Amino acid sequence: MSKAVADAPPRLAPGKGRVLGQPVARLEDGPLVRGRGLFAADVNFPRQLAMRVVRSQIAHGRLVSLDTAEARALPGVVAVWTAAEVSDIPPIPFRATKVRGLEPYCQPILARERVRYVGEPIAVVFAEDAYIAEDAADLVVAEIDELPVVLDAAAEPAEFLPGNSTEPTIVRKEYGDVDAAFRAAHAVIELDLSVGRHSGVPMETRGAIARYVAAHDVLELHGTAKKQHWNRDEIARLLGRPPTGVHLFEGHVGGGFGVRGELYPEDLLVCLAAMRLDRPVKWIEDRREHLVATNHSRQQRHLIRGAVDADGRLLAIDDVFFHDQGAYVRTHGARVADLAAGMLPGPYRLPAYRVAGHFRLTNKTPAATYRAPGRFETTFVRERLMDAIAVRLDLDPIELRRRNLVTEAEMPHVRPVDTLGVDVVLDSGDYIGLMDQALAQFGWDAVQRDLTARRAAGDCVGAGLAFFVEKSGLGPSDGVRISIDATGGVELVSGAASVGQGMETALAQICAEALGVDYRRIRVVRGRTDRIEFGNGAHASRVTVMSGSATYHAALAVRGMALDTAAQLLQARPEDLAIEDGQVVRAAAPGVPLIALAEVARQMGPNSPLMRGRTPGLTAERWFYSEHMTYPYGVHLALVRIDRATGEVRVEKYLVANDVGRAVNPMMVEGQMVGGFAQGLGGALFEEFRYDERGQPLSTTFADYLIPTLSEMPAVDVLIAEDAPSPLNPLGVKGAGEGGTNAVGAAIAAAVDDALRRPGAIVSLPILPRTVRRHTEEPT
Amino acid sequence: MKPPVFAYHDPRSVEEAVGLLGRLENTRLLAGGQSLMPMLNMRFVFPDHVIDLNRIETLAGIVQDAETIRIGAMTRQRDIADSALVRDRLPLLTEALAHVGHRQTRNRGTIGGSLCHLDPAAELVAAAANLDATIEIAGPDGVRTLSMAAFPRGFMTPAIEPDEMVTAVRMPLPQRGHGFSFMEFARRHGDFAIVSVAVLLVLAPDRRIARASITLGGVGAVPLRMVEAEALLVGHEPGAALFERAAETCRAIDALEDAQVPGWYRRQLAGVLMARALATARARAEGVST
Amino acid sequence: MHDIAFTLNGRPWSLRVEPRRTLVDAIRDDCGATGTHIGCEHGVCGACTILLDGEPVRSCLMFAVQADGRALRTVEGLEKDGALHPLQRAFIDHHALQCGFCTPGFLMLAVGVLERTPNISDEALTDVLSSNLCRCTGYQNIVRAVRAAAEEMAP
Repeated sequence: MSKAVADAPPRLAPGKGRVLGQPVARLEDGPLVRGRGLFAADVNFPRQLAMRVVRSQIAHGRLVSLDTAEARALPGVVAVWTAAEVSDIPPIPFRATKVRGLEPYCQPILARERVRYVGEPIAVVFAEDAYIAEDAADLVVAEIDELPVVLDAAAEPAEFLPGNSTEPTIVRKEYGDVDAAFRAAHAVIELDLSVGRHSGVPMETRGAIARYVAAHDVLELHGTAKKQHWNRDEIARLLGRPPTGVHLFEGHVGGGFGVRGELYPEDLLVCLAAMRLDRPVKWIEDRREHLVATNHSRQQRHLIRGAVDADGRLLAIDDVFFHDQGAYVRTHGARVADLAAGMLPGPYRLPAYRVAGHFRLTNKTPAATYRAPGRFETTFVRERLMDAIAVRLDLDPIELRRRNLVTEAEMPHVRPVDTLGVDVVLDSGDYIGLMDQALAQFGWDAVQRDLTARRAAGDCVGAGLAFFVEKSGLGPSDGVRISIDATGGVELVSGAASVGQGMETALAQICAEALGVDYRRIRVVRGRTDRIEFGNGAHASRVTVMSGSATYHAALAVRGMALDTAAQLLQARPEDLAIEDGQVVRAAAPGVPLIALAEVARQMGPNSPLMRGRTPGLTAERWFYSEHMTYPYGVHLALVRIDRATGEVRVEKYLVANDVGRAVNPMMVEGQMVGGFAQGLGGALFEEFRYDERGQPLSTTFADYLIPTLSEMPAVDVLIAEDAPSPLNPLGVKGAGEGGTNAVGAAIAAAVDDALRRPGAIVSLPILPRTVRRHTEEPT
Repeated sequence: MKPPVFAYHDPRSVEEAVGLLGRLENTRLLAGGQSLMPMLNMRFVFPDHVIDLNRIETLAGIVQDAETIRIGAMTRQRDIADSALVRDRLPLLTEALAHVGHRQTRNRGTIGGSLCHLDPAAELVAAAANLDATIEIAGPDGVRTLSMAAFPRGFMTPAIEPDEMVTAVRMPLPQRGHGFSFMEFARRHGDFAIVSVAVLLVLAPDRRIARASITLGGVGAVPLRMVEAEALLVGHEPGAALFERAAETCRAIDALEDAQVPGWYRRQLAGVLMARALATARARAEGVST
Repeated sequence: MHDIAFTLNGRPWSLRVEPRRTLVDAIRDDCGATGTHIGCEHGVCGACTILLDGEPVRSCLMFAVQADGRALRTVEGLEKDGALHPLQRAFIDHHALQCGFCTPGFLMLAVGVLERTPNISDEALTDVLSSNLCRCTGYQNIVRAVRAAAEEMAP
């Protein structure tokens, strides 16, 4: 038994509970289906101004002058700012990296001497409404001397600033004797693989609404997401205010996917303007802005080498990759490159590993995390390598994986690398077992027979699979406060955030299970810095693990308090009592309510004689800490059909198998898998931010940036496994948000290769019809 | 993405609209708005005056006479798609409409708007060209007509004067029992076609091809009528080999080249779609269900 | 400025608007019905879908002045006497929403289509629902929900 297990607090019994593990309806849905949500654009304050950002139309250049006179003169315009007006505000810092030396690459909130990508904010207009603001923005004239652009991260680095190259760092990780392994190898396989630039692109664009409430000397920012507490602290620091004088509020969030909720220039600009102009300021990003202003992601090129023995067992991997960071280093620092380097080995036993991630600046929109960051990319790279090894050694790709997958007996598996600043310890898992379950559910053998028959009939069809390891539950801490009021209503205040993933329901289910109340009576408060002092937000698939565990402990604590008080009132022993559906009952006679939680709460009020000399209230706050992440894993299987004449790829059948340790709400987990797959499908076949040779973006509308519609979606089958509960938390849960996306590019690439009967044909994503057409034999 | 300032006019008659066109500078006609509105929202166009045609009731409607079907310029794409008359006599048009945008956009989009916008990839433009449509154009001196072949002046530019407007499109009725097919290749459902092809085949009683009309959309600035391929087909018995030869004429076309799609790939798609569409049209002409 | 009048979910509205004001902005900001969302403002995503005289249209591709004299329906009008519309109920039951941003557009699209074609074929339903974008669900549960509601709504 590992130390983590030995030290663990009481764990919730495995298996389905009354609500935990049940596919109950979501608490979030009521207002959303009624059109009564509160998304950023739905927030309005009296006397608010509209903000409009003037953006560079040039990819790289010297900003010679900005003429704002005409814009200022337009009736309805209140102010126009350029860098000169905000020179006292430092550039936006980063929060997430150990890498040093990135400071010169941070983005100023308005461009100073240089512009570095099309879409970079160069000026900002404040006007009475959004129409006038846009009119005025059109009147700002920028004179920019064009400079040469850097568009290929794999090309020689150039100068970013005098003394700073476009390669601020190389992310290096290494263990084992890589060179010796390659010298001793039976075979060495080398590949050159690329993943295209795409991103989260939520349906709701970003928005930020700030107001300064002079009566309380509080600056409020609305329309926020993901990382309210960190953002609050940084906004306060950058504006020179105490954190207690700045509060962030979260309404509904129309999809996060990694990109929303980071601190962007616009967030600071609205805050600054609300203070300086003394009026509420509202900024709503439009879709064309979104596609050039909000974080891009994914673009990497990997030169990978694998060394194997005669049986196909991995001896070493040596990877050099080029990470296209775009024009600035934003809040994530080098996180995506770090994750790529740390997570590349995935589920395989790998004696030696070396990686050098060249973190390179280019004249494109800055990049950061997108659902399964660093893993979508490296699963593609690693699984392409595994397929190539299988071909070289004439092994079945499944058998090859079977030989290399870390076995259940080897868990926990320590891999001598770190990522996100924590050591990689694969905590639990039965990889081979899940692969076998997935193959059976997909009907792999029958599919193979069917493929043979269809090929004989002339169809171009194929199947492929890809294994992945995710990471989730990034610490270090999260707290939850649970209170029961005198009507029996339960309030759960969390420092986590909602990005539309259903976290309110998940936390309510955990709380309900531990406390013994109806989950529908639990009100979940999140994303508000005025309600809880600390929080780590919603990212990296951490909410269910971290906040879920904190919820569990807090609920148990409240339960204990309630039973102690009830025992006093009933002159019973607490250990003989239980809580069922909001009523205290005798454990031996659960059907007979003795006293309602509402009454217990009332008896614990500040004026109750019972509480004299004690801290009143039926309320408890508990914190959960974690040193290590927990690693979900899974396998994707794809069946594709190719139209030889056009090169079009259709996915006919798909399975996502994912072990999440324990599914709090299987309906929501399945929703994450299928929705995650759809985003992976976009990155595999459709979505790409393209640029011309001058750095002009070509994917600036939804007619050019191709998000899959229903017609492009295959039927997706989901296998949710709970074979390997995490030993690192009392619920056994692992994150479920990213496994649906992780291996889509890899699995579809494998299936396309198989259909083409050309191993290794696919070396880049997205897989475009014209690329496939180059590989089909049919004459033109 | 808010439209720029303009003055708005909503005339109740064609005469009133033409009068406004003659009097005002820098005007834009607003039909269904499914192309103009995005262009306004993106500020690609800055008209001083927008003349809304939606209140001119006489501009909408589908009527048949002895030899043609006349469709008013402001007839919604949805109403044409749902028209039993069109389905019966101009099934190619019905089939093309299924590819035009989406349900919501067809509820607003009009045939006149689509033809005047003249997007190279627009399905209705290719279909109208293939059906030898005639365009009715009202101006200060009354109504004139223009063949669809002469209608495009260039890339997204119809051959109409600033004081003129399209009032209707008239399509000659092909012989009953003709074969037809409209096919396209787009990356996603509802997207503009990368390449589209419209085919109409009439078989003589001796089963030889009596008439062939083939039009490619999306490959050039304007719809491309494939006269060489048409000539190659007429007088011959339909068959896969013949269709392949016809499709090979696509190799010689001067296809659009853009950042998303290279010319060779457009030519490839054109040939593939043409051969497939010819096969479908033939099967329909021969009464084989497809 | 133009004076216009329309009904929104049965309630009459009189507004004075600039001609360039889009219908979706008028619905959201002038009528305060923020359930209709703006996702792209160029007619691709369908988040702003409303019913115009019973037919689904994209309200970002119309001017408010063009709604003069028309009957508009939005998501706020679906619930009747405190009872959810069968489609709203089905979206909850089938987990057809996650972030919920695209949901009003999908609901109005489906309502418009099912009211006219309650026994719509699977193929036609796929065609129709492909006109709106969802970034969370992968669509599978949206189709399930609409199918289930269609059965309930069928006469």
